[in-house]
Amino acid sequence: MKLEDFREKQIAGAASDEELHEALEREFQVIGRRLRRTDGLAKSSGRAIFTDDISLPGMLHAKILRSPHPHARILGIDVSKALELDGVHAIVTGSDVPETYGILPWARDEYALCIDKVRYVGDGVAAVAAVDEESANEALDLIEVEYEVLPYFLDAEEALAHPEMPIHEPKKPDANGNISKHVRLEFGEVDKLLEDSEVIAEAEYYFEGTTHTAIEPHCAIGWFDTSGKLTVWSTTQVPHYLHRELARVLDLDVAKVRVIQPPIGGAFGGKSEPFDLEFCVAKLAMITGRPVKILYTREEVFYAHRGRHPMLMRYRTGADKNGRIQAVDASTILDGGGYESFGLVTTYYSGQLITAPYTMESYRFDSTRVYTNKPCSGPKRGHGSVQPRFAIEVQLDRLAEALDIDPIELRRRNLLGSDTRTVNEFLVRSNGFLECLGAVEHASDWKDKYRQLPYGRGVGVAGSCYISGTNYPIYPNEMPQSAVQLQVDRSGRVAVFCGASEIGQGSDSMLAYIVSEELGVPLDYVRILAADTDFTPVDLGAYSSRITLMCGNACIDAAGKIKKLVKQAVADGWDCKPKQVALAGGWAFDVKDTGRKMPISEAFNLAEAKFGTLGATGSYNTPKDIHGDYRGGTIGSSPAYSFTAHVAEVEVDRDTGFVDVRKIWIGHDCGRALNPVLVEGQMEGSAYMGFAEAVMEQHIFKETGLHNAPSLLDYKIPTSLDTPELESLIVESVDPEGPYGAKEAGEGPLHPSIPAIANAIYDAVGVRIDRLPFTPPRVWMALQLRADREKAGALAPWKRESGRTPLPAAGD
Amino acid sequence: MASLDRPGELLIEAIRLTVNGDTHDLGVPSHYTLLEALRYVLGLTGPKQGCDKGDCGACTVLLDGVPTLSCILPVQEAIGKEVTTIEGLAAPDAPHALQDAFDLTGGAQCGFCTSGILMSAAALLAANRSPTRLEIREALAGNLCRCTGYTKIYEAIELAAAALREERMPAELKGS
Repeated sequence: MKLEDFREKQIAGAASDEELHEALEREFQVIGRRLRRTDGLAKSSGRAIFTDDISLPGMLHAKILRSPHPHARILGIDVSKALELDGVHAIVTGSDVPETYGILPWARDEYALCIDKVRYVGDGVAAVAAVDEESANEALDLIEVEYEVLPYFLDAEEALAHPEMPIHEPKKPDANGNISKHVRLEFGEVDKLLEDSEVIAEAEYYFEGTTHTAIEPHCAIGWFDTSGKLTVWSTTQVPHYLHRELARVLDLDVAKVRVIQPPIGGAFGGKSEPFDLEFCVAKLAMITGRPVKILYTREEVFYAHRGRHPMLMRYRTGADKNGRIQAVDASTILDGGGYESFGLVTTYYSGQLITAPYTMESYRFDSTRVYTNKPCSGPKRGHGSVQPRFAIEVQLDRLAEALDIDPIELRRRNLLGSDTRTVNEFLVRSNGFLECLGAVEHASDWKDKYRQLPYGRGVGVAGSCYISGTNYPIYPNEMPQSAVQLQVDRSGRVAVFCGASEIGQGSDSMLAYIVSEELGVPLDYVRILAADTDFTPVDLGAYSSRITLMCGNACIDAAGKIKKLVKQAVADGWDCKPKQVALAGGWAFDVKDTGRKMPISEAFNLAEAKFGTLGATGSYNTPKDIHGDYRGGTIGSSPAYSFTAHVAEVEVDRDTGFVDVRKIWIGHDCGRALNPVLVEGQMEGSAYMGFAEAVMEQHIFKETGLHNAPSLLDYKIPTSLDTPELESLIVESVDPEGPYGAKEAGEGPLHPSIPAIANAIYDAVGVRIDRLPFTPPRVWMALQLRADREKAGALAPWKRESGRTPLPAAGD
Repeated sequence: MASLDRPGELLIEAIRLTVNGDTHDLGVPSHYTLLEALRYVLGLTGPKQGCDKGDCGACTVLLDGVPTLSCILPVQEAIGKEVTTIEGLAAPDAPHALQDAFDLTGGAQCGFCTSGILMSAAALLAANRSPTRLEIREALAGNLCRCTGYTKIYEAIELAAAALREERMPAELKGS
């Protein structure tokens, strides 16, 4: 093959001369374009290999025996009959893995399998590895567990009132063993400012628990090879934390534990801490010398849970006559379920994260997380702050009404602005909230609709703010939060190694876009190897919306080092300055004469000849010491905050109480959209999930402690026919800390859905539904109560003179 | 007949399955569902197990062209019929228009429900090259997606439909 042909082949898809000329005019070549994902075709052709798709030679299947009691002491476990069953290879119980685990290092309170007590229906007590699932299930029936059944609590307030029956041993003598965490923080003079307020909104809100229901159930495979190395494949969003916990709990050398995270079939926070199955497959693999797999049943997923905390929230919010927020006084009880999980963080988040996008003169929150005998609550998309966001945004709607101010205008009057600090001293840099509000106001025809639509139809607005990662990692350390390693091949192919977790959000693609942008290689010349702890530098995981900002910056750092060498090598050959060399579209070219160019692979070869093998690492660490100087001031402190505004339009059926959400307009400030397709996908998915929680989802329990509806049929999540129309409106504020200015988009846009729908229901029919979800019985009851008051003359008819106004036909 | 109580004595049935155009003579445990036969015996892991009780649609395959929940279909019911899984959707030389369109519009995020959704969509487009938005929503009502809010999925199916009508690839229509 002639060299020319070889080059031709190397730069398939390279830019034409014209395109190169145009490239000079653009700020970015790849960033901001509507591009394909790196894994899109693999997924749409069924070729992506998820954890349960992996089958290893000689693999055993394991099942976990789970407690039928919500609270009981384990008096004894007899596995002898089960062990005799044909096909059974090993059984482990709590005493085989006697070390506690937990995602927060200072709150490890779970065992791989329970030792002394079970704390919810579904708590694991034994695990069986057998030749197939049927044999393992049969063996579970033969395990005899003797329990001493204990009193149990399914209600947080009840558990709080009964410290004499603790679910956990009290942390200190005289402490209440049913309190997992209590936080009280006050900023400014709340009581005085409330007293001086022109109007006060006061109400109690209840957020019923919801769970993630990723379509892929949790799955893990353990393999302990003859050299003494443990490998665990897992559907985890946090391979690095799982790596550490596996080594610690199983007492193995961390260097001899490898965690591999295959593509994940949805997570939403439901896979962001270690679970019993990972320890069980590992321990069973160590005992049997065979690979061992556990795949949760759908029912087990509901009991594994770690979803949204039920929260009882009492709010008082005062404003002056101009609608400026004077004081917010929040008191919250969080239902934590049986264990700690991220509980300490959730408790802080329930108060810390509502102090933007509005200025408030003063703020106080008092949050108490309580243990109950239910599956453990944890982080779900919008960790800890979706619930209070519901409360505060409905409070603002009440204030706006009391003061006769348009609710969008009221929000404008309380703008926080950019380069400023919140009342609890978080540093906010870029802030596109005003543009978000304007975008949804305009797109929804708000001014023509608010209080103008006929009875039964209405619009509501809400805003929110969210973190782009946290400035402090889960375990205290000074090392980078994220790192990327690049390796350049002579063909022009660039390999990216990164610990980041692709969970569907597109983190692999994000890394590829950045490498393509920085090094000028076509997108399909970038290969991603992610989330394999043997080969990828540490990234802390896919939680708190941290990956784009942190891995993105790490990737720019690494690519920048290679770019510098390549430009130097080419410039030396051309006898010009490195800044005259650009890398784009598959070429290295002269910015002063785009006719002078060489394939990017040739440029890489020149650099390799000059400087040696081309590779680089890059890392990112968060800014420290920019938070408020008070205990808890670090929690919620983020490098950048995203902002969102929604308008929801609803139609409420007067006769049934059914709420039909017709459309949600989503304005979201993501700093910069690295790929608008992916950003819109996050916005739409978030708004959908918030809508689902607003009107459908109920993660609730029967009196026996059994889940009310542990299936995807009975636990209602929206189908295509239920989901409203969703319109994404991207706002780009270009953050100084984010990569190319980017901030998060994966969690923030969930928050306003629920209060926007609540406020729209009020606009439609004049009732406030302060308990989630807004089910037909609940709405219907509120309509009856309002009708009674109207009849008694206590209230004027809502948006109508009197009598029944016929609703317009659907589609009008 | 062997007892079903003991794993070692499971009744194994010899069956002939036609999947993606190939005919396989297989021995499968008689209690197997079609999904189990596809995933565990044939190694076709494209169809997914999301709930194992017919609620989520991730296991959807075509049975003589009809979208079918393979996780609740006894494998015997597939005998004598054409089974098409996601692996058999495309011709050998190019992705199916739906696959390309999903890639272009971001219709797949995590990708776990995607194989099932594509099979439902493929059946729709086989019968109707110009589906309305409502017809698309109805065709997908048995497939849960938890990532996308369905919006990008509708766009993908509409793009694929347009491409099929014009006998071009979605990328040609969309210019990417």
